[in-house]
Amino acid sequence: MRYAETGFNLEIDLSQGSVKRVATDAKLTRLHLGGQGTAAKILWDRVSPDVDPLSPDNLLIFSTGLLHGTPVPGANRVSVSTFSPLTNLYVNSLMGGWFGPELKHAGYDKIIIHGQASGLVYLYIHNDKVEIRDASHLQGKGCQETAALLQQELKDHKIQVAAIGLAGENMVKMATIDHFNSSASRHGVGAVMGSKRLKAIAVRGTKDINVAHPAELWEMCNAKYQEIYDNKNCGDPMAHDHNESFHVDNFAWGNARTRRSGYWNKEREEQWVSKWKQVRTRDSGCYNCPKDCHYSISYPGRYKYFLKCFSKLTYCMAAFEEIDFNYDILGVTSAYGLDGFSTPQVLAFAVELYEAGILTDQDLPDFPSDGAGRFFYLVEKIVRREGIGDVLANGVYAAARQIGNGAEEYDHNTTKKVEQVPLKLGVINYPFFLMYCTGEKMNITQIEGSFPQAPLADPEKRKKFVENWDAAPERFKKWYLEWEPRQHMPIEASVNVCDWNESMHFVDDAIGTCAWLSSFRGQFGGSPPFHLFNLPRYITLAAGIELDSEGLLEIARRNRNLVRSLNIRRGLRRAVEKPPEDHWKKRDPEMEQKHLDAYYEFKGWTNDAIPTKETLDGLGLDYVSEDFIQRGILTGNETKTSAETEEKQCQGGGNGE
Amino acid sequence: MSNQIRTKIVKEIKVNLDKCVACRACEVACSGFHANPKYSSFNPSRSRIRLVMDMLNDVYVPVRAGEYTSAECSGRHSFTIHGKEYSECSFCPTSCPARDLFKEPDSGLPLKCDMCEGEKTPLCVQVCRPGCLTYEEREEECGEEELKPGEMEVGLQSLIEKHGYQKVMDTFARLSKKG
Repeated sequence: MRYAETGFNLEIDLSQGSVKRVATDAKLTRLHLGGQGTAAKILWDRVSPDVDPLSPDNLLIFSTGLLHGTPVPGANRVSVSTFSPLTNLYVNSLMGGWFGPELKHAGYDKIIIHGQASGLVYLYIHNDKVEIRDASHLQGKGCQETAALLQQELKDHKIQVAAIGLAGENMVKMATIDHFNSSASRHGVGAVMGSKRLKAIAVRGTKDINVAHPAELWEMCNAKYQEIYDNKNCGDPMAHDHNESFHVDNFAWGNARTRRSGYWNKEREEQWVSKWKQVRTRDSGCYNCPKDCHYSISYPGRYKYFLKCFSKLTYCMAAFEEIDFNYDILGVTSAYGLDGFSTPQVLAFAVELYEAGILTDQDLPDFPSDGAGRFFYLVEKIVRREGIGDVLANGVYAAARQIGNGAEEYDHNTTKKVEQVPLKLGVINYPFFLMYCTGEKMNITQIEGSFPQAPLADPEKRKKFVENWDAAPERFKKWYLEWEPRQHMPIEASVNVCDWNESMHFVDDAIGTCAWLSSFRGQFGGSPPFHLFNLPRYITLAAGIELDSEGLLEIARRNRNLVRSLNIRRGLRRAVEKPPEDHWKKRDPEMEQKHLDAYYEFKGWTNDAIPTKETLDGLGLDYVSEDFIQRGILTGNETKTSAETEEKQCQGGGNGE
Repeated sequence: MSNQIRTKIVKEIKVNLDKCVACRACEVACSGFHANPKYSSFNPSRSRIRLVMDMLNDVYVPVRAGEYTSAECSGRHSFTIHGKEYSECSFCPTSCPARDLFKEPDSGLPLKCDMCEGEKTPLCVQVCRPGCLTYEEREEECGEEELKPGEMEVGLQSLIEKHGYQKVMDTFARLSKKG
């Protein structure tokens, strides 16, 4: 019997109109756990590196995490893995809610979608009954409305729906896949779904998920609900904190340009809170998690939607508007299915180009004069790919190059073609430098998270922090204790911090646990409910896979190297591993390169950011190294100079819970 | 007969709808508790408490499985509470032909909440940290003691109502031959 997982994937070929239920290899679960780990393996095996992300041959994979459907609280994040039309590289975008567990209860660990339907379709999954159905009546419908219509049509409110809006249908590269209070938003996964002419997936499942060690697992989970509920250092604080000063005073407004320190004041807080009281209707959580990180918004004249995370502020800050505008435009963009992180930057970028005379009244006929009006105008152009909207729909990086005439200068906040968090900071921070450069997700919030961003100034407070820091391997405690404000940590520390931070995300993304309870939250308060030292036990008890912290790290390394290899095969090299160019005012090119050298060495990669044969073979990824040698990417004689550091990394796994 | 007032303990789960965050941990816990062996499998469809949920209309109502009925209601009420519309079904605990709530997904047999016998508080309440579900026991006067049909009889009765006497008897006869 398979524990925690179902042991079956659902294979959909939309070109053929075929549906298959395929048994999976349990050995792959032991090697990769699940989620994006096993998805990366499928993409490696089946999508050749020359496949265009928007072509039928690209695969769109919805993966449950290994722990979905088990009682482990907060295991509900679905990985949407594919190749991104924005970056032409691998993307793993995540969404919470209820979709993943429902899919597992329907009897599948993954849905693997290939091909392209001849007209707009939706996929209906009810246990063993799987149908590709006509969706022409849903064309142009908003994401939330599509979900509601499918629930009505299928006469079941317990159906979970993931849908694209008009943006996805028109393959806008900021298009999302939306599921009630969550969405897989990054790098154009919605455009890939649109390219397959798949409007939505409606899933309903009523089957059991078995766990390997029932009594002990339940005891741990039952206690965890309370711990998570009580723990103020986990969940999304933005959902309930009305003091927005941290973001509005420190993050850059417009096209990631202007800091407005002192913007926040008491009067503004009162205005913003009163607006929130008018439009917010309800808090909600996700499947099997007691936190309430989302809330529904009912804005007059707009379809009801759920507010997620930082999109609470992104549009008003990009447009230099007040909070009312943000709630209003989210009503539009949530229905169209647009990423709340990158879209505002694309819009602000276009406004800047207009003000600079690079885009003219010819490109933007009847362009309004106010920030809000301009944003609404541009959104409509983009989702329909009308006129200049057709160019802007490709994201800042590509649009800048298509427009030319100096527009490239205004693309100053992307890394690997991805719009980054709008931050303008002073002195470079090396762990963050490494994360921006090398992170496969190209989105800092999906890479950072276990090690604090800055030291506490008071050494006594640092000591206290470290004493309660169960989540951290010993060496990080030492580095943190010795870290004085405005000082750089040793190179070795920065490299290790980057590695630990990203490793925890690779763990979450394989087992499906939410980063707000785990990989993202340790940096604030140092007490994430899930961490390196307690997760192996949950995995063992739920899935029956014997695992300790070192074993878990090894799987994270395997998944990390496989994902990197997918990107290497598609051309990723050191040359593009750079942070956004004006993220920090004070840079030190020589030290930066030393950090990169050290990081690659630590990872067992070549100086050009490619995993060596030795590294790959050591992780059981021999088939990757063989492919690299065949393609001439590696000779096979590259030396792994990192044997010593690898050993050091292993020593971290032996303490904690 | 004594004149003493007869009392019984009424077990009550109080539901504060405003506190539900739609996590459905109640369903997870209930299905695990009633699995055999305990907590060996999880499946909200087997849960004896279900969250009637219409997210975009802000309807979140945890309902506990009550009695089985062979016939659905002749009509429905709909209630408007603080501007939100709830169907009568949103509050109804009955396992009935009109919906698939509170039926074993494999057999279609009705499910009924047993307040997690043997536990101090029902499991759904234990895991409901946001405090939507709370548990109370109170003494209540009651009339003459009723004779409760055994659990097997309840199950058989529902099978008979669903499939008719003949089919149940045939099945019983066939099964006893196998034994």
